[in-house]
Amino acid sequence: METASKEHQLIVSVSPHVKSEETTSRIMWSVTASLLPAAVMGAYFFGPRAVITLALCIITAALSEYAYQRALNRKVSVSDGSAILTGLLLGMNLPASVPFYIPIIGSFVAVVITKQLFGGLGYNVFNPALIGRAFLLISFPKLMTIWTKPEAAFLKMDAVTTATPLGILKEEGVAKLMEVFGDKINLYTQLFVGHRAGSIGETSAIALLVGAAFLLYRGYISWHIPVSFLGTSAVIAWIFGGKGALFAGDPIVHLISGGMLLGAFFMATDYVTCPSVKKGQLLFGAGCGFLTMLIRLKGGYPEGVMFAILIMNCFAPLIDRGFRTKVFGARKEARK
Amino acid sequence: MENEFLKLFQLVVSASLINNFVFTQFLGLCIFFGVSKKMETAVGMSVTFTAVMMISAALCWFIFAYVMIPLDITFLKIIVFIGIIAGLVQASDTIMRKVAPGIYYKLGIYLALISTNCIILAVPLLNAGSHYSFIESIAFGLGSGIGFGLALIIMASIREKVEMADVPAPFKGLPMAFVVTGLIALAFTGFSGLITL
Repeated sequence: METASKEHQLIVSVSPHVKSEETTSRIMWSVTASLLPAAVMGAYFFGPRAVITLALCIITAALSEYAYQRALNRKVSVSDGSAILTGLLLGMNLPASVPFYIPIIGSFVAVVITKQLFGGLGYNVFNPALIGRAFLLISFPKLMTIWTKPEAAFLKMDAVTTATPLGILKEEGVAKLMEVFGDKINLYTQLFVGHRAGSIGETSAIALLVGAAFLLYRGYISWHIPVSFLGTSAVIAWIFGGKGALFAGDPIVHLISGGMLLGAFFMATDYVTCPSVKKGQLLFGAGCGFLTMLIRLKGGYPEGVMFAILIMNCFAPLIDRGFRTKVFGARKEARK
Repeated sequence: MENEFLKLFQLVVSASLINNFVFTQFLGLCIFFGVSKKMETAVGMSVTFTAVMMISAALCWFIFAYVMIPLDITFLKIIVFIGIIAGLVQASDTIMRKVAPGIYYKLGIYLALISTNCIILAVPLLNAGSHYSFIESIAFGLGSGIGFGLALIIMASIREKVEMADVPAPFKGLPMAFVVTGLIALAFTGFSGLITL
């Protein structure tokens, strides 16, 4: 985008001369808007601390992009909304109770190191918000895994800490999860509405689905990555998720808990860091799903969505290479 | 028997992904940065490296088990292994040039680089330290080779993308490669705790 916007006094371009309303900033602001329902639900459940964390993330992201571009004498592109979207996504991936320096450090790492250092929007190899969160999780493992109990009382200041559903599932098994949530129906509804411990923006499945439906309807994301991501995860959860026997797992719990929906619809589908070929996207999504379930069921962390997407980000350029379409009539280059 | 296979499989997966030498232990970085600029050299290096790694792991195991342990000179393992690997690489260089010049001109240039690589020494040393059997040593060598090759190929594909980007001047080239490696390593920490041997 940057090279295109540097000089626009005289534009001489080759066909096709596409006239479209869709610009980068329009898409970025739409994605931001589609995340708002989930963010609002997070604020409702986790109170003022969540709002402050989200605000700090967004402000730091925008400020660091502005400062970096001013310092290097580049065109300031804060208004295209991509930095703000990164900040919002990072904030939605943090627990509500983190100290205030954590969102600031995370946003800086996300915007400056992961995005701007690589040459700005369109060139980053990794999803900035996820690198920000991975960096924080490795640097402050304790602070990043203190989850507050959702209270739905906006003015209540003192928070009670508790474990996330996936944390309980990993440490104590499915029986304990049933004990905490009562019966199965109650478990599903609570997970669906978002009344559970977790990161600010990942808890409410219904709000995330509303946002995702909007993006799909407008065509900003295609179905390939979310469907293959969620499908692979569900199949693996169904086959291997149960204790002892095969085909005894509960795919629904795995799909609507943790960051699965947020990751599948909003982060794995990032245009820049996923493959651009449709077949490649199917493979990318399946890889994300496989790695997520591998880490959830066998790995050292209770949640694997973030690492799964980051690892597949590493492979995205390779996948694109593999699925590159052959130029019609071109001959294979002669070997030296 | 089934357990045996499972252990070997775990060994290969663990050495190639979970304890990837490049991304979790930061070994072998000189070759890693040197030949990951282009996909063609990266692929060539991966193939040569894996082959040399398996042969040297096997050879070092024989010397260690049948010469060094009976003579009680295991404290000399570093210097002996360096000698074995240097000799092996030099010998294969000469033999390949005579016997298969076609392959030599494709892959031979990487051989000289390999003899100075630290992973190629780390693998026999770790094999000796963990008392792996002959088959396990070869599996570990294979896994390490695959892991290094995978790292090279991922890195080459990413670097070809980064080359096109508008990276700030002080970060062009090698510094950016280090940043990319750090970020890949961050992603690979997700594998931690997956297999404990």
